Amino acid sequence: MSFWKKIIRYRWDGIEAAIRRKTAEDVRQALRASTRHFDDLLALLSPAATGFLEEMAQVAHGMTVQRFGRIIQMFAPVYISSECTNSCVYCGFNRHNQISRATLTVAEVEKEVIFLHRQGFRHVLLLTGESPQHVPVDYLIRIARKLQPLLASISVEIYPMATDDYRRLIENGVDGLTVYQETYHLKRYAEVHPAGPKRNYRWRLETPDRGGQAGFRRLNIGVLLGLSDWRVDGAFVGLHADYLARRYWQSHVSVSFPRLRPAAGGFQPQFPVTDAHMVQLLCALRLWMPDAGLVLSTREPASLRENLLPLGITQMSAGSKTAPGGYAAKENVEGQFEISDLRSPQEIVRMIAAHGYEPVWKDWDAGFLNDIQP
Amino acid sequence: MTQLPPLIIADRAFDSRLLVGTGKFASTQIMQRAIAASGAEIVTVALRRVDLSDPQDNLMEAVDRDRYLFLPNTSGARDAEEAVRLARIARAAGCEPWVKLEVTPDPHYLLPDPVETLKAAEILVKDGFKVLPYINADPVLAKRLEDVGTVTVMPLGAPIGTNRGLKTRDSIQIIIQQAQVPVVVDAGLGAPSHAAEAMEMGADAVLINTAIATADDPVGMAKAFRLGVEAGYRAYRAGLGQHSWRAEASSPLTGFLRSNHA
Repeated sequence: MSFWKKIIRYRWDGIEAAIRRKTAEDVRQALRASTRHFDDLLALLSPAATGFLEEMAQVAHGMTVQRFGRIIQMFAPVYISSECTNSCVYCGFNRHNQISRATLTVAEVEKEVIFLHRQGFRHVLLLTGESPQHVPVDYLIRIARKLQPLLASISVEIYPMATDDYRRLIENGVDGLTVYQETYHLKRYAEVHPAGPKRNYRWRLETPDRGGQAGFRRLNIGVLLGLSDWRVDGAFVGLHADYLARRYWQSHVSVSFPRLRPAAGGFQPQFPVTDAHMVQLLCALRLWMPDAGLVLSTREPASLRENLLPLGITQMSAGSKTAPGGYAAKENVEGQFEISDLRSPQEIVRMIAAHGYEPVWKDWDAGFLNDIQP
Repeated sequence: MTQLPPLIIADRAFDSRLLVGTGKFASTQIMQRAIAASGAEIVTVALRRVDLSDPQDNLMEAVDRDRYLFLPNTSGARDAEEAVRLARIARAAGCEPWVKLEVTPDPHYLLPDPVETLKAAEILVKDGFKVLPYINADPVLAKRLEDVGTVTVMPLGAPIGTNRGLKTRDSIQIIIQQAQVPVVVDAGLGAPSHAAEAMEMGADAVLINTAIATADDPVGMAKAFRLGVEAGYRAYRAGLGQHSWRAEASSPLTGFLRSNHA
């Protein structure tokens, strides 16, 4: 059993049509429900819900404060390598893009993390392109072991791996796995991933399953907004998150919903997503999954980040750099995409506090995982 | 008003019967003021939130250890092994050997694992810890924990953070009737009336976090819970505790059987 076995029972067109059919009464029903069914999620994602954004936001805010409190967990991305064998049309690291690329040494990664540590970060997300030749599993393990003393939590957003490789990462101090399907639309997925290992839709779709089986404490999935109809992708990512939370019941599931940003290659989104759409998707996901983490990165502009914060967000990045070595270790390496919220972590912290929330730097402990032998 | 007897846990006396948690607050300052207003003397802190190696850790510093019993908890631990490791790390870092044992393998409802909790309690008690275990309202488990030497049992009223009140009332009643250690109702209490209800039933104390931390006015809510707990306890002492499921010796309907045979 994997999510593939479940998703093939749903047809994209069928979900799309069901969403279009939803009425204001369906939305009211979904808002009132004490436990929500998939049909309620579809109603909340539908055009019929456009007139109910304030009600949805009120419910989403209340549910989030009760479940998570008035706190925002802080994290920072650390790009290790921009080498990539894929040719994702929207991504700056596309192998066809003529950009300056880099793979950091262990010492350089450590330098980056020391920089972040000084700013207060204790949770980091390590990222790479898809190039096991430049960043093999053993290399990631060396990095994780080096970083462990500095950090409370290490997550990875790297190329999909086999379950046994994930187990080895966990044994060496990695506790979270992030992997986005980008879009659940099969044909569209093939169009935007024309070549390279990422072309394999099913292998990628089943990556969180392998991560769950390996025992990651946190599974983070997501869709890249702009590639397909966000309402339908929202329904699928909701379905996926619900499946993971039920099946890997010991792992905490979170969802990201980044919008496409300008990047090398100049790709233009075919399905633009407005701020109001972002609000609707965020609130729909919160009402669908009261316990899921919802992640907001610096891809979004400062003002929107502030406004989305109380609607259900649980995790935020700050001061992010998307180039390997971008914090401290290197200069003149190009990033994966342009970030939008350029404020420093200190400014973000002040913003969060001004909204009546506490920024939380440490919400995990390496002591949970097995003792790591030096 | 009459002086109330103290709450005794592991030979240590506490005037307050309200324990409080430190999660979910909008800021450290609000948390400190709410704790002060609650009158609590026992404050629990999630070990995953603190950096024990950092003497200036924000949360550790915020809880004055001369004034409060700093009660580390193992929230986030998935099994006995993790909980035991965390407790030992805390003790090695200078915490008192008291631990609120939480083994919650399900990160969504945060319900406690009875098997792993019992296993961890046994290890930690042998290791010299005062163990306060968070459990579902399971009377048999409560007795088993008492048997291995825990200093309280802490059954939940409803799942953590739900504010739903004493949904497990009947089982908690049995736990109270059978207990030889203090029963602290932990989790799910959303209003001072819920706390009062638990105390009226004969609970020895309650632990509150979400309902205070996420109130519009956490300081005001902390004060309200302080009063609710005291009101419930006074009511219990004043005679509300007489209700029982067991037959009373002075049964008015069948008393004649005894007098006839006298």
